[in-house]
Amino acid sequence: MHKRVLVVGGGIAGIQAALDLAEMKIEVYLIEKGPSIGGRMTQLDKTFPTNDCAMCILSPKLVEAGSHPYIKIITNAELESITGQAPNFEATIIKKPRYINEEKCTGCGICVTKCPVKIADEYNKGLSKTKCIHIPFPQAVPAIPIIDKEYCAYLKRGKCRKCEESCEMKAIDFSQKEEVIKVNAGSVILALGSEEFDATLKDEYGYKTFPNVMTSIEFERILSASGPTQGHILRPSDGKEPKSIAFIQCVGSRDMQLGNEYCSAICCMQAVKDVILIQEHLPGVETSVFYMDMRAYGKDFDKFVDRAKDYYKARFVHSRISSIEVNMDTEDLIVCYATDDGTIKKEKFGLVVLSVGLLSTGGIKETAGKLNIELNECGFSKSSTFMPISTSRAGIFTAGTFSGPKDIPETVMEASGSAACASSLLTEFPVKEIKEELPAEINIEGQPPRIGVFVCRCGINIAATVDVPRVVEYSSTLKGVVHSQEFMFSCSQDSQKVITKMIKEKNLNRVVVAACTPRTHEPLFQKTLQASGLNPYLFEFANIREQCSWVHQEAKDSATKKACDLLRMAISKVKLFSPLSKSTITINKKALVIGGGIAGMTASLDLAAQGFGVYLVEKEEELGGNFRHVRYALDGGKTEDFLNSLIDKIRSNKNIDLYTNTEIKEINGYVGNFKTRLAAGGKKPSESTVEHGVIIVATGAEEYEPTEYLYGKDDRVVTQRQLEEWLWEKESKGKGTGPLPDADPRTLKNMVMIQCVGSRDEERPYCSRVCCSKAIKNAIKLKELNPRLNIYVLYRDIRSYGVRELYYKKAREMGIIFIRYEEEAKPEAKNSKGRLNIKVKDLILDRDLLIDIDLLVLSSGIIADKKNKSLSQMLKVPLNDDGFFLEAHVKLRPVDFATDGIFVCGLAHYPKDVSEAITQAKAAAARAMTILTKDSFQTEGKVSEIRKERCSGCGLCVEICPYKAIDLDEVEKVAVINEALCKGCGACVSSCRANAIDLKGFKDEQILAALEVV
Amino acid sequence: MKNDNNWEPKIVTFLCNWCSYAGADLAGVSRLQYPPNIRVIRVPCSGRVNPFYIIKVLQNGIDGVLVSGCHPGDCHYISGNLVARRKFALLKSFLEYIGIEPGRVQFSWVSAAEGGRFVDIIEKVTSEIKKLGPSKKLSKWQKEAEYIKEILK
Repeated sequence: MHKRVLVVGGGIAGIQAALDLAEMKIEVYLIEKGPSIGGRMTQLDKTFPTNDCAMCILSPKLVEAGSHPYIKIITNAELESITGQAPNFEATIIKKPRYINEEKCTGCGICVTKCPVKIADEYNKGLSKTKCIHIPFPQAVPAIPIIDKEYCAYLKRGKCRKCEESCEMKAIDFSQKEEVIKVNAGSVILALGSEEFDATLKDEYGYKTFPNVMTSIEFERILSASGPTQGHILRPSDGKEPKSIAFIQCVGSRDMQLGNEYCSAICCMQAVKDVILIQEHLPGVETSVFYMDMRAYGKDFDKFVDRAKDYYKARFVHSRISSIEVNMDTEDLIVCYATDDGTIKKEKFGLVVLSVGLLSTGGIKETAGKLNIELNECGFSKSSTFMPISTSRAGIFTAGTFSGPKDIPETVMEASGSAACASSLLTEFPVKEIKEELPAEINIEGQPPRIGVFVCRCGINIAATVDVPRVVEYSSTLKGVVHSQEFMFSCSQDSQKVITKMIKEKNLNRVVVAACTPRTHEPLFQKTLQASGLNPYLFEFANIREQCSWVHQEAKDSATKKACDLLRMAISKVKLFSPLSKSTITINKKALVIGGGIAGMTASLDLAAQGFGVYLVEKEEELGGNFRHVRYALDGGKTEDFLNSLIDKIRSNKNIDLYTNTEIKEINGYVGNFKTRLAAGGKKPSESTVEHGVIIVATGAEEYEPTEYLYGKDDRVVTQRQLEEWLWEKESKGKGTGPLPDADPRTLKNMVMIQCVGSRDEERPYCSRVCCSKAIKNAIKLKELNPRLNIYVLYRDIRSYGVRELYYKKAREMGIIFIRYEEEAKPEAKNSKGRLNIKVKDLILDRDLLIDIDLLVLSSGIIADKKNKSLSQMLKVPLNDDGFFLEAHVKLRPVDFATDGIFVCGLAHYPKDVSEAITQAKAAAARAMTILTKDSFQTEGKVSEIRKERCSGCGLCVEICPYKAIDLDEVEKVAVINEALCKGCGACVSSCRANAIDLKGFKDEQILAALEVV
Repeated sequence: MKNDNNWEPKIVTFLCNWCSYAGADLAGVSRLQYPPNIRVIRVPCSGRVNPFYIIKVLQNGIDGVLVSGCHPGDCHYISGNLVARRKFALLKSFLEYIGIEPGRVQFSWVSAAEGGRFVDIIEKVTSEIKKLGPSKKLSKWQKEAEYIKEILK
């Protein structure tokens, strides 16, 4: 067997894991139970906190996974069993019939138009209809229809077969049966996902009884331009725009009656996103969010909430909703709620959205059961703090919400992390080499253009509107065209053979295809050219389907004329195309890891385990970073043992060169070939230079040193970190140091913890994410030591997201008292005649409380390392407003930088806890390995080029380039493009004052040639 | 000619590959209908569009131009659309200065999910340019045609 991994579940988690593995040249079998990959993310309209369009960012990944030579996608299939042990598993997969021959189908969709049976559209959550034979959504991969056998007139009653009659490719196959597929794999990744809570179980909210109550996922479809109402917010009851919309949070989450005690982690931000988007759709509509705690714990989440409040005028009401009533005449909804002071209020809304939680349900639990995967008390895959990606079965890993609710970036990090874990078990197997043998390229230099034109009918998709024979005839009259013909389906395998044949027969040296969109089909034809010996860049596409026949169905003549114009423009342009070559860059297979904390050590070990050399640089004498001060894990795991075992592994690993007490002085180069100057401090300062192919930034962060609440002025005021150290010293050594050497946790009587110290204020408007759980952890620890101790936790929102909620519940059950305060009325600490007092306004009693305490613990936040700025300048990567490193894309590239070959993990990225740092470190290692496993890589073909003789060396392009791909040659005073970094956007070209830059494949003369003949 | 009801303008549309071109594709996939007056030039990024192209297009007798890129913040190339925005802010005042009617050259943001918005914009731009009538200011061919007409009188 060669390196192979089985990935179960084709949502964003499964896709990301598959892509990372495939880039490491590991074969992936990606199993998806639905007809298309993509998962829940395909149904989301936008994503928080950037309001990026979900489909726009996802669909390139779908296409990439669908066409990657190392990924085999099996849709409509479920995992039956996995036998054996790592790294020798055998999986049994059952592929259900689609009733379509996937090899023959071109995805033209004509069968869909002919099908007479309408069924509820699952993609739109049943809010609209689709056909019984349907492609699940326009961007589906594979773009092949499926027949719903429950509703098919032929499969049910033996009559119809209209789809079969309409299919030119004879791809409909009613005789398909269930198929059993066996796959051997070295390791397995389970990305089984989760399901939305069934809101009918909360009958007090009237879902499915009152028409204007809908779930958050249904509302996503309503907001979506491709949804049932084309993005218009209309009430289901009367099709009118609502005047007010309410969001009810925690539906099916944090609910002890139902037994779903955990927090679903994403719903707060989803609701915040929705109230912002609503203002774009229906300006002026009143929006209210009824919530228990606003859990905006992620990067830039709090700023997003502030925007919703301040700019979009959304109202946030701190209340749990007991019931919803309806006005029978207007179908308006009456929401009953209690305010903080206990008053019961009733308020009318036009539409109510239930923020339904995520849960593990029957099908998912059943699969886990069949595979002997242990689940935790919440029904998710059981994992531990230090092994967050592992399941209870060795060699089987998890990614995404199968191991607990989480948002997209965390899912993507876990997916990449699981790819690192899964690949680490395959070291003994050989790589399956997939190399296409390509014929030698035909030299076309000096030849006049000989253009072949192929016009697609796409069944009737194009031909019903555009007069295809007329277009073909017209094209044959154009100068340079030596061959024109039409195809029924130009994308079919047969057509590729015809194109190849014509290239040979008629010595074509340029090809133009007029068909669908280049965004999906250009690579296919470029491959055909390559296979025929032509440079793939001697090709141009004319889009006469999406941008012509489909949008001008009523104007057939004009559409035909437009198709001729588009074709003429393409031909005029292609004449000026010349072969482009990609340059090859060799890759240095070593990594530089900056920072020796948990994240840096984890990433280093993962890389070293697969044979890559690592330079691990730590600025301090000792390894461990901030984790040295974490003495207890939330789940009770021993942090000291874990830390020591990591340090031992680092020190004894032959692949890791450790540089402690060392700082980075200078970084030069680009992906594959970096050169870094290191300076060692200490007694014998020295300098050295290392060469490496990738960089992982794991520089950590710092604890905020409070200036408030008498900190530093009274010994009885400590930070959570100091408390934890002190508790640990007392427990393990019997005596404590620091500010409280003599105190005894067992004799303390009253203590207060204050949350959000140095976080979520004007200066640092972000949440430090870990402090709530940390306070809960330490409070539980203290309460266990001293049950009579009164602990008061003063908080703004308790952000114990996900399964951390269970510890919050435990703390309350133990008698720890949580008192909410508002930002405007912060608690006050006072030393009155030697006694430490805390004054806080209790919002429920509506009066001030005065608490006399022995100990005040401040949950001080996490702040960015001050040295981030200089490091970011050396790396040429950005920081966000709060000083943390800014990743390439907050949703789908959470550990990458826009600059290739540089990755980030741990606290350098944003505050996070130990298991999250470990996950992200593994993800960074996996992403780095997608580069390091290759010997070389090819640059883009369509890159910018400088005409030296014209360049004045003004440096404007250097400033404009978003990828830092242009440098100024100080000697020659001209700009120089680094092809390894150029992505071909062309911003430099159109900005150059001297017209000294051009973009290959999109040259000025080529674009102008098209414009000349419009 | 301006009053000729059968006259249809020709409009060149520069669409960035990642957002607006995809939005135009989505309009097609959704079978939304719009006037057939536009001719699309696909560019990697709106930042690639050289202001010179727009002048050239008008010189070639085309009646209108639309440049559409990703929404600010959405750019596939991080900041290319912002480069475009800066450039076109300047171009706009230049066009005004040389007497090109406002509305003949337009700019917009369309995301890959906004098929409907793309159609709305195309309808609006087409009808506005139709109202303006044929572009004469820069068009060499128009001028020549009128000159010949004049001689033949």
